[in-house]
Amino acid sequence: MDYLLTEEQVMIRDLARKIAVEKIAPVAAEYDEKEEFPWPIIKILAEADLCGVYIEEKYGGMGGGAMELCLVTEELSRACGGIAISFAATALGTYPIILFGNDAQKQKYLPDIASGKRLAAFGLTEAGAGSDAGAIATTARKEGDHYILNGTKQWITNGGEAEVYTVVAMTDRAKGARGASTFIVEKGTPGFDFGKKEKKLGIRASATRELVFNECKVPKENLLGREGMGFIVAMHTFDKSRPGVAAQAVGIAQGALDHAVKYSRERKQFGKPISGFQGIQFMLADMATELEAARALTYAVARMVDSGAKDVAKESAMAKLFASDTAMKVTTDAVQVLGGYGYMRDYPVEKYMRDAKITQIYEGTNQIQRSIIAMELIKERLR
Amino acid sequence: MNIIVCIKQVPDTQDIRINPETNTLMREGVQSIVNPFDMYAIEEALRIKEKLGGKVTIISMGPEQATEALREAVSMGADEIVLMTDRAFAGADTWVTSYTLAKGIEKLGKYDLIICGKQAIDGDTAQVGPGIAAQLDIPQVTYVKKTEEIKEGSARFERMTEEGYEIIETPLPCLITVVKEINIPRLPSLKGKIRAKQAPVVKLTAKDINAEADKLGLKGSPTVVDKIFAPQKRTGGQILQGETQEVVNKLVDAVKDIIIASGKT
Repeated sequence: MDYLLTEEQVMIRDLARKIAVEKIAPVAAEYDEKEEFPWPIIKILAEADLCGVYIEEKYGGMGGGAMELCLVTEELSRACGGIAISFAATALGTYPIILFGNDAQKQKYLPDIASGKRLAAFGLTEAGAGSDAGAIATTARKEGDHYILNGTKQWITNGGEAEVYTVVAMTDRAKGARGASTFIVEKGTPGFDFGKKEKKLGIRASATRELVFNECKVPKENLLGREGMGFIVAMHTFDKSRPGVAAQAVGIAQGALDHAVKYSRERKQFGKPISGFQGIQFMLADMATELEAARALTYAVARMVDSGAKDVAKESAMAKLFASDTAMKVTTDAVQVLGGYGYMRDYPVEKYMRDAKITQIYEGTNQIQRSIIAMELIKERLR
Repeated sequence: MNIIVCIKQVPDTQDIRINPETNTLMREGVQSIVNPFDMYAIEEALRIKEKLGGKVTIISMGPEQATEALREAVSMGADEIVLMTDRAFAGADTWVTSYTLAKGIEKLGKYDLIICGKQAIDGDTAQVGPGIAAQLDIPQVTYVKKTEEIKEGSARFERMTEEGYEIIETPLPCLITVVKEINIPRLPSLKGKIRAKQAPVVKLTAKDINAEADKLGLKGSPTVVDKIFAPQKRTGGQILQGETQEVVNKLVDAVKDIIIASGKT
């Protein structure tokens, strides 16, 4: 389908695709097996100027937005969802600075992120605070020119590998959700450490670790926005980043469909390729149709975000929900098309199915997305 | 360092079809790419420039369409691009191509190093690089697999041979042709691609290069193509099966038959 991309967007997509095909696809299985962080690939993305596609030109980026971020994430995910998320999670960690940072903070952090010299990560989730972000236990107490952070963040993508972290902590617990604030914390700050690297079902090339803060002293200039804005920062960040997860899901689904179509033409049973059987044809047709619908919704929402629309919570949630549910279905069916071969690790489709699962879980479970959509629907009726 | 890289636009050989009537290459609908060996030449030029500073100029002789190949070099980081295009250049063989490119290079002014791919994948002659060096009367080092050192006025290269390698020291300016072992060409960058889109192309015609008219194009080419034919497709060989001893005996008999048939006993 023709999405009427601009000339520059076509360039971005084609370059990301070239890297995915030539540099990522050949090593995806190996990174999945070894659970290693894909630094050589990150370096390639940096040299290709792809790390800053969504960052303003003033700060060293290419001046694009959510749409450009989606195009790159989708193309990389088509080859490996795990490697793609190492790129996309940096965007998640960078959005709080883009949206709420002052010029000094942007000058200090964005150019290195745009050039790919440093990766970023977003620290919100804790052992006792996932969907219920109000239950955050990490604290930040003000002492002179500093904030002192204490607590542990859990399952942080790019944890340990990133150098710039945007972290949500409670500055005033008595105020509940209104007592949270967001800080930029650099790797190497005394009192900031990392927990063990998690072993995961999918996206195994990506690094997932705990962030441990023990009397960690952060300069007060590193506060994003004002005290008490922590949740606003987090929610606005997710509104902008969720199309990115949707794009990851679309890419994973596309990769799985590519393999399923290819295999169906090669695999012969009863004397002909299985692509000649309606049972397979109907599956492939449904996979492709739902995938295209997911892509169309994702791009539409990304463009809405880039148009500067004020409230995109509902649409962002819809894109993430629909694309990730579609990815789960398409990748499961891809395994089915390959039958026994699909279940084996020697063939790439089982990995797509494992990688797809996380897109239904992170940046808000799909149940939370449905809650957001329903809440917005009800709010709209009240207006 | 003023480095000149000569490149050629060629059909993508992953997608090759021969017209069974004329035995010529079918070019319709076939993607054009930068000759893969020239990609190593571009990469080596960029690496030398990054180390020593200077300028990388890419030159190509061909139709207007070859501009695409030149722009690809800019997206990787080349500074200037030159297209030699003129009806008078058409139909040139390797002799005339070398002469024409040498004239174009002379026109560009002072240079320290010229880099070519070892050969083009369509003609496979490997003659144009050495031909340019001969026309310009400068030293040449072919099949270079490593740039060892480049200093003021001289350079040292490792040259691949069938048995191993030779180390050759040469005064500058000189011309080298490179093999694929020399480097891994970089991918283009986004900023490079945007720059490439707008990069100005210097165009040289027959009039610009002060060439003798009867030395150009098909007219100036001493090569005469007598006949073009597609080699017969290889039929799969015979596979011998059975116990080892039995198979070896069969193999020896088969070899004997071949020798006898060839009449060289």
